Amino acid sequence: MGATIIEKIFAMKCKKDVCAGEVVMAPVDNAMIHDITGPLAIQKFYEMGGKKVHSPERVTMLFDHQVPADSLEAANNHAYMRNFAKEQGIYNYDIREGVCHQVTMEMGKAAPGEIVVGADSHTCMYGAAGAFATGIGSTDMGFALKFGALYFRIPETIRVETTGSFQKRVGPKDLILSITADIGADGATYKAIEFTGETFETMDMPGRMTCCNMAIEMGAKAGIVPPDTITWDYIRHVRNVVPFSLESDSNASFIENRTYNVTNLSPQVAEPHNVDLGVDVTKVAGTKVDQVFIGSCTNGRYEDFAEAAEVLGNRKFSDNVRVIIIPASRQEYLKTLRAGLIERFVMAGALVEAPCCGPCMGGAFGLLAPGEVSLSTSNRNFKGRQGSTGASVYLCSPATAAASGIYGEITDPREVK
Amino acid sequence: MRVWKFGDNIDTDAIMPGRYLSIYDPHVLAKHAFEGTRDEFAREVKPGDAIVAGKNFGCGSSREHAPIALKGAGITMVIAESFARIFYRNAINVGLLPVVCDKAGSILEGENVMVDLIGGYLIVDGRKLSIEPIPEFLMRIVDSGGLVEYACGLQEVPVCTASHQ
Ligand code: SF4
Repeated sequence: MGATIIEKIFAMKCKKDVCAGEVVMAPVDNAMIHDITGPLAIQKFYEMGGKKVHSPERVTMLFDHQVPADSLEAANNHAYMRNFAKEQGIYNYDIREGVCHQVTMEMGKAAPGEIVVGADSHTCMYGAAGAFATGIGSTDMGFALKFGALYFRIPETIRVETTGSFQKRVGPKDLILSITADIGADGATYKAIEFTGETFETMDMPGRMTCCNMAIEMGAKAGIVPPDTITWDYIRHVRNVVPFSLESDSNASFIENRTYNVTNLSPQVAEPHNVDLGVDVTKVAGTKVDQVFIGSCTNGRYEDFAEAAEVLGNRKFSDNVRVIIIPASRQEYLKTLRAGLIERFVMAGALVEAPCCGPCMGGAFGLLAPGEVSLSTSNRNFKGRQGSTGASVYLCSPATAAASGIYGEITDPREVK
Repeated sequence: MRVWKFGDNIDTDAIMPGRYLSIYDPHVLAKHAFEGTRDEFAREVKPGDAIVAGKNFGCGSSREHAPIALKGAGITMVIAESFARIFYRNAINVGLLPVVCDKAGSILEGENVMVDLIGGYLIVDGRKLSIEPIPEFLMRIVDSGGLVEYACGLQEVPVCTASHQ
């Protein structure tokens, strides 16, 4: 029997054949902590009797959820983590670089065949780099900091096979919203999702990141795109590793196979208050919106802003909408700036913020009042996620967000001429 | 212990809203559990109460604030038809017992429930409902009282490969 790509990664790390369902104590190549889950992880590390972090050079630390510190608690948490970084010799990106997942990818902290953990559920995004990457809680992170390893139950894999190419102004976010609607919010619980086929083979890295990022929205432990020339080309710029081949064997056993053809896919919008409530944009077109957010680890890259700007053209955003645009990292900010898009967005009436999570997690700024409606390119629309539990959040692509920002209501981006 | 009944897909944003995530004190967090979605919970919950829910309890964010808040509120176990993966493991790590029971839907708000982990069942107002066993490697953590307690005594762990890379 052949092995899945996930089984192969664990087999490489553990230097023995392993299969799904087995539990292993595997070494961790990189561990990411941020300002929300980090302080607790550090506290747990100490409670476990930790004195020296196992491998400080394998820890990625940064602040992104509440930056610049937006409360005294946040300031205290940042200070606590800064001290820990100094004490342990951990390099701290502090508030300089942006959203944890984007920065982890940019800094080359995830590469094909590696095992990466992060104290954040969207850590599964690094599957776009061909890594096995999974989100963990703070206590597990405390353990990983102390021992440089963690218990993993090797997950079964759902194979998603895609064909076709997207229509104009339809893209990866629409695909992943439709896959999520199909598989359901718990349809991949404990499993990994391998994204394959023609559509993924031709998809750029930002698109793959968007899709892997949202694997958790189906309950998955990891999402992964088998590394190919597009992956290695990206990795080459951020990390010095020699390419090797890594893919599921043709006779590997998958717990499920699903196929999707994107040729006729319409722009998708996830209705409140669950991510698996995706529908064609035409079904909700005309819904009035109060706030549009373009950003987050899901869709806060240059390519996303370029897509939004293409739809926007020389128009202005509606006076009835607050449009908030936040690049996911300093690098993405600079690319967007140099392309002249920041100026275009500001001229159109948007508020452009420095790299951070922003309204995505509902803890910092950009909160919604009861009864308000937000359209967001982020990954979650749970009740209260962006402020009041009486508000509604719809999820969509950057193209749909831009189109809707122009008209003040949910708008099919294909209709914007 | 009294049962608090919830539905499917209860996410960790509902259990602990984002605006409280810079707080880590279990008792302070407990005051905000289910704020905005079920306000009477924090007011009326009693030590020893249990939560009973449908599918996918604890989905979403990895915030450990969620199980910590429930534990801080005195909840000792969460019974659900299924759990989201990160929440399940976080709960075990912090010493809150997650119990998988496919008949959780038959348990009613306010009923009394007791668990027998060794026997593998719940007793709900006299009825016996079978539960799924906790995986062996996690049971060791449950027996220790949580991952901190489990890890405290260890200097090293048996990593499945000798060399790190
Ligand atoms: S942008 Fe949103 S989903 Fe991404 S790490 Fe920040 S809060 Fe989490």
